[in-house]
Amino acid sequence: MKKRTALALACTLSASLALSACSVERVDGTSSPDANASSSAASDGQRVLNVCSWGEYIDETLIDEFEAQTGIQVNYQEAPSNEELYSRLQTGGANFDVVVPSDYMISQLIEEDMLQPLDYSKIPNFEKIADRFKNLPYDPENLYTVPYTWGTLGIIYNTTMVDEPITSWSALFDDTAAGNTLLIDNSRDAFGIALMYLGYSVNTTDEAQIREAYELLANAWDRGVYQGKVMDEIFQIMEGGNAAVATYYAGDYLSMLENNEDLAYVIPEEGSNWFVDAMCILKDAQNVDEAHEWINFMASTDANLRNMDFIWYASPNEEALEMYPEWYEETYGEPLDLELYEIMAAPQEVLDRCEAYLVLPQDIRTLYNDLWIQLGT
Amino acid sequence: MKHKRSLLALPYVGWMALFVVAPIVMVVVYAFTTAGFEPTASNFTGMGTYVSIFARSFQLALIATVICLLIGYPISYVMAKEGPGFQRVATVLIMLPMWVNFLLRTYSWMAILENNGLLNQLFDAIGLFDLINGLFGTDLTYFRMIRTQGAVVLGMVYNYLPFMILPIYSVILKLDRSLLEAAQDLGANSAYVFRRVIFPLSLPGVLSGVTMVFVPSVSTFAISRLLGGGTHMMLGDLIEQQFLGGAYNPHLGSAIALVMMLIVIVCMWVMNRFGQGEEQAVVL
Repeated sequence: MKKRTALALACTLSASLALSACSVERVDGTSSPDANASSSAASDGQRVLNVCSWGEYIDETLIDEFEAQTGIQVNYQEAPSNEELYSRLQTGGANFDVVVPSDYMISQLIEEDMLQPLDYSKIPNFEKIADRFKNLPYDPENLYTVPYTWGTLGIIYNTTMVDEPITSWSALFDDTAAGNTLLIDNSRDAFGIALMYLGYSVNTTDEAQIREAYELLANAWDRGVYQGKVMDEIFQIMEGGNAAVATYYAGDYLSMLENNEDLAYVIPEEGSNWFVDAMCILKDAQNVDEAHEWINFMASTDANLRNMDFIWYASPNEEALEMYPEWYEETYGEPLDLELYEIMAAPQEVLDRCEAYLVLPQDIRTLYNDLWIQLGT
Repeated sequence: MKHKRSLLALPYVGWMALFVVAPIVMVVVYAFTTAGFEPTASNFTGMGTYVSIFARSFQLALIATVICLLIGYPISYVMAKEGPGFQRVATVLIMLPMWVNFLLRTYSWMAILENNGLLNQLFDAIGLFDLINGLFGTDLTYFRMIRTQGAVVLGMVYNYLPFMILPIYSVILKLDRSLLEAAQDLGANSAYVFRRVIFPLSLPGVLSGVTMVFVPSVSTFAISRLLGGGTHMMLGDLIEQQFLGGAYNPHLGSAIALVMMLIVIVCMWVMNRFGQGEEQAVVL
């Protein structure tokens, strides 16, 4: 018995040593990348690319087209949230080349030296990205990113379940739909909403303001305003008319609207959050050339048009944005509902009311996390 | 010869070492270190703030386990008593839901329990709300079932009930019939036989059933997320939050997981001792 325990321990130790050796090598990235690339089937000359994005966030025919055009095999994977993507990158084992995080996560990745500068000479389509989506605060000199989509956060509500149209974030804290309100299950967005309602910046690092936002949420929580905290379950809940008021992203509202036409979307008068998701190449990527080809392909006008049509998130490609209503009419033989188009691609005067998230310092992130857990106890 | 045979166990030992022992070692290492892998115990000192989450998890898991036992034991008993045809059908029926993915089944419960869900629609269709509103002058249009603690317990019972039934069933099935006959010969009536012979002898099955329901219930996060809607945070959610929340802190997450494991082990140990005592009493 003792012997077997010793054997097990030996196995464990050698295994964990071997594992940690692997990960060290991988994180360093200094040891010849070709030696590692064997895992990506480079031995038979097949070019591969590992992409990680969000769920239902691409028109998949684009992947097939890219593969046919370039002969590169794309391993397309999905992560549910920026935080989970970060966790996967931290724990290692995920050998992605291209990731599509949101603004605040990009600045965190840049801060922690996890991205590599792009070679924009290999991405001619970068020119087509509208200037207002370049040099944004998360990547001020635009060295690391090519925007993929952008959009807004807003209130989604069921017009048959509230008395009058909602215009303010107050609807999430007062009794507009007490017991029928859904809180977004993401501390950054939930606190962001409370901060915006209180008139503070979503990027505040003032602990007193964050605690005030917490009190606002906790007070509504204790009064039973919220049915619960949800993320993607929101589709099922809102489409079925099971809750009256919720907070989510514009693109997802348009998907829900297809299944329940009583739903409305509003960016409250206090303003809201707007976000950019952008393509980046990880520092330890093994297929850098292929990654550049992919980014250039996805930044093209044709890819942006088809993607925008499929996922309902607005494109940062100037041409695609302008052409989309016309393209829609040609493709479907009916005019695009411009009201919906403006929800997808919010006009500049709406964006001016919105604030993008910046990365928060570690101590504030911990405070967010602690308060968020406190809200559930 | 003996040596050669033990070689056959090597794949299993290797597997366990790699995927059970190594992860536990890693959890322990993480739990006692800081982000820079400096040794520390600070991950444990703040654990007091989570007492209510620990208490709630163990309470809900305990309730679910008791309900599973109350439902599962009679079913197992009846199954074991019936003929082989009935047993086959019943076993398939119990296993059937497990062929569908766990998350899908839990998602389906959402659709059933929602305010406009299937169950509330059924109540509405049979006029239950009209009846209640007529009797009590209320204006009820639905029962609030989803995103409550009750829904979480329901989810646990539904998902883990087979793990209670099957071990008890197989133990009762293998009971030595001659013991029952002997008891009857000596004048025991059937209630007495059950109380003094069948039930004590089935305890090993009950114990493994309780373990197999209680342990996953304590640590679940999918059920509490989908059916509890985050309204009542449980240990699984708390641990997940440390890894996938905004503040990535695997060290605190590991520490919480470790404490949870220790409490579960202590619970199991106490229960097993209690079980052994019973068995000895039977032997005596």
